[in-house]
Amino acid sequence: MTAGVKYDDVEVGTEIPARTYPVDRANLVMYAGASGDFNPIHWRESFAKSVGLPDVIAHGMFTMAQGGRFVTDWVGDPGAVVDYGVRFSSPVVVPDEGGATLEISGTVEDKLDDNKVVVALTARCNGQKVLTRAKAVVRLA
Amino acid sequence: MPLNRDFIGRSFPPTEPYEVSRVKIREFADAIGDPNPIYRDREAAKAAGHPDVVAPPTFPIVISLGGSAMADPELGLNYAMVVHGEQRFEYVRPVRAGDVLVCETTITEIRSIGNNEKLELRTEIKTAEGEPVCTAYNTIVERGA
Repeated sequence: MTAGVKYDDVEVGTEIPARTYPVDRANLVMYAGASGDFNPIHWRESFAKSVGLPDVIAHGMFTMAQGGRFVTDWVGDPGAVVDYGVRFSSPVVVPDEGGATLEISGTVEDKLDDNKVVVALTARCNGQKVLTRAKAVVRLA
Repeated sequence: MPLNRDFIGRSFPPTEPYEVSRVKIREFADAIGDPNPIYRDREAAKAAGHPDVVAPPTFPIVISLGGSAMADPELGLNYAMVVHGEQRFEYVRPVRAGDVLVCETTITEIRSIGNNEKLELRTEIKTAEGEPVCTAYNTIVERGA
């Protein structure tokens, strides 16, 4: 494993700059195919509305994957992630026109032994938190 | 409708072995929009210390969605009302191309939260030879009518 971030270079409170990730209907169709989750709330507007949703919503796991990407882009090696968990607090609504934008940022919340750190993630869409208790444990160099 | 509490603690038989291919990892990485070469290029993966391309951290969901554990009609789950509540992965090592993986799922908890039913699953993901790779914790919520 070759993490690009050194354990000694981060402190509790070190911030990882925010990044934005666009999501549109095509992303959700691709994600449905790749993941095998074909629930129509993720691609058919009429069905989503019929079960009380405002519109098509992103797969929770698509949003979690963007958080994962945020962490692996920071650390360099995906193999450095030893634990990753989230709670899905609010759906990401993806309109046909224009899609949606996820904004993800992170903070080093704790330093553990064995060069591991806890990264707390914040994920928002339209100002609303879409993930809570989102944390990744990564092993740094 | 309340879920059948008899299912708490129940474990399900191991899944059919699933062979992880480079093509599937690339497809998944494309679907999440992640261009990282470690998901696509064996040389890039080797340079990072891996024997072959590895999968993104959330890839194990592809094989650990719950499947037969949630499909038993005796459990009483209305799949149309299900939303994903929480998800966590504990990795022993990343999933990589060439892995042949087997999942063993246990229902660890069922409880009511207001009008909703909450179901917690734990899935042990191992190679066919029995090497532990990842543990997935999945909480799903059945929304009450």
